[in-house]
Amino acid sequence: MKSQTSTTPISSNAARYLLPFSFATLAVLFVFSFPSDAQTNGVRQNDADYSELNRAPRKAIQRQNPLEKDPDAVLAGAKLFGQHCAECHGSAADGGHKGPSLRAPEVQLASPGTLFWLLTNGVVRRGMPVWSKLPEPQRWQIVTYLKSLSPPATPQPAQASQVQPAQIR
Amino acid sequence: MQLERKRAGINLNFLLQFDGVILSEAVFQAKLFAAALVVLALLAAAISLPAHAQESPYIVTYDHYLEEPGSLEVEYFSTFGTQRGGNDFHAFWTEFEYGATAWWTTEFYIDGQTTFGDSTLFTGFRWENRFRLLQREHLINPVLYLEYEQISGADKILKEVEGHDGESDYAVPNALARQEHNHELEFKLLLSSTRNGWNIALNPLAAKNLSGGNPWEFGYALGASRPLALKASANRCNFCPENFIAGVEMYGGLGTRYNFGLPNTSHYLAPVVAWNLPSDWTLRLSPGFGLNDNSHRFLLRWGLSREFSGLGEAISSLFGGRKR
Repeated sequence: MKSQTSTTPISSNAARYLLPFSFATLAVLFVFSFPSDAQTNGVRQNDADYSELNRAPRKAIQRQNPLEKDPDAVLAGAKLFGQHCAECHGSAADGGHKGPSLRAPEVQLASPGTLFWLLTNGVVRRGMPVWSKLPEPQRWQIVTYLKSLSPPATPQPAQASQVQPAQIR
Repeated sequence: MQLERKRAGINLNFLLQFDGVILSEAVFQAKLFAAALVVLALLAAAISLPAHAQESPYIVTYDHYLEEPGSLEVEYFSTFGTQRGGNDFHAFWTEFEYGATAWWTTEFYIDGQTTFGDSTLFTGFRWENRFRLLQREHLINPVLYLEYEQISGADKILKEVEGHDGESDYAVPNALARQEHNHELEFKLLLSSTRNGWNIALNPLAAKNLSGGNPWEFGYALGASRPLALKASANRCNFCPENFIAGVEMYGGLGTRYNFGLPNTSHYLAPVVAWNLPSDWTLRLSPGFGLNDNSHRFLLRWGLSREFSGLGEAISSLFGGRKR
């Protein structure tokens, strides 16, 4: 970087490049700031949202939740859900602006191993980031919390679960 | 404001007089631009929701985790460096990191530095992009890193070490160093793996200064880190061990295309720690130690960051996007 010195004055070039770059960046951000067609009416709900669950490999599906009987796992999972997941999936996990409801039968009937696999790998092409940066026990705590939720009784926004992430945060 | 345009020596800079202080026109524009960015960041903060971050402790090394889509992370970092044969310095930079998609993060930097006993300078900007190459998690996860830098020779943030960068480069007085002008492209392959709570990351880099006939320069960064606890506690807490991530990183130069290798390069070893607060702030601290005579003996880095979610939606609604 500093091995050779050129004597081009920074001042004139800085002015020349700063604005185009900033406009280009803003343009790109603007384009990507619009919601995709899959998101409507405030809550994202689409059968395709759950299709990734069917892609879990057999080995992952069969994994057992090591924290299933941990008395603190639901509370800790609710806290983690509130911190990392509620923004997209809603504070009651009944669906949000970007993510589908996690109280849906597709999720509630999935094995803990499937949910853990999906959490670990994300659905990158559909906007869900990978969450392997959370240590494995924390991901299992989130799975434990999700499995503690009850499916919605009606199509209306679901009743809050017994443990609300917002209460813990 | 009284405007007074003059010719300024061989650089042909225009000068402005602003409250009695003479500024070059470009520096003035750059400061205006920086101020506009700060205002933009404050606006973004106002219309976005804070989001809890689980940030890595690395300051130089990158793991493979990108910014969550639609989230903006505003970060401030400082580097204090000791300097043999010159004055110690405090370099600083601000980052605006935005998750454009789940596979693409774009980031804008503004750099500056104060050399004690010399002056304070705006030293340039950087635009960085990271692209996740594989959809799912693997044993090793590759991310492609592309960066464009327009910085002066007075830049001292040491965000990366490359080629034959060494301590003596930083002893040049600011007035002289700022005349060196670098348009640089930088490529990194970010390789990262997370197992059993440990993250291991390796970042080989290649950089090409487009100003002049400089050769390709090479460097590396590697890091390892782990949270102090893997299970989360049931209660919200500031000092829970899972909020702390500790590790170490090492970085240095690997010479140039014509002179590849370790001779005349500088290398650093730096313990790192991050504290992810429930209030959505992250603090980082990293004392770094030079490993050979070409390196600064000591670097102290620290950083403060906060992540804001929903920026994409907020901008979208400002421009008439769908209400959600």
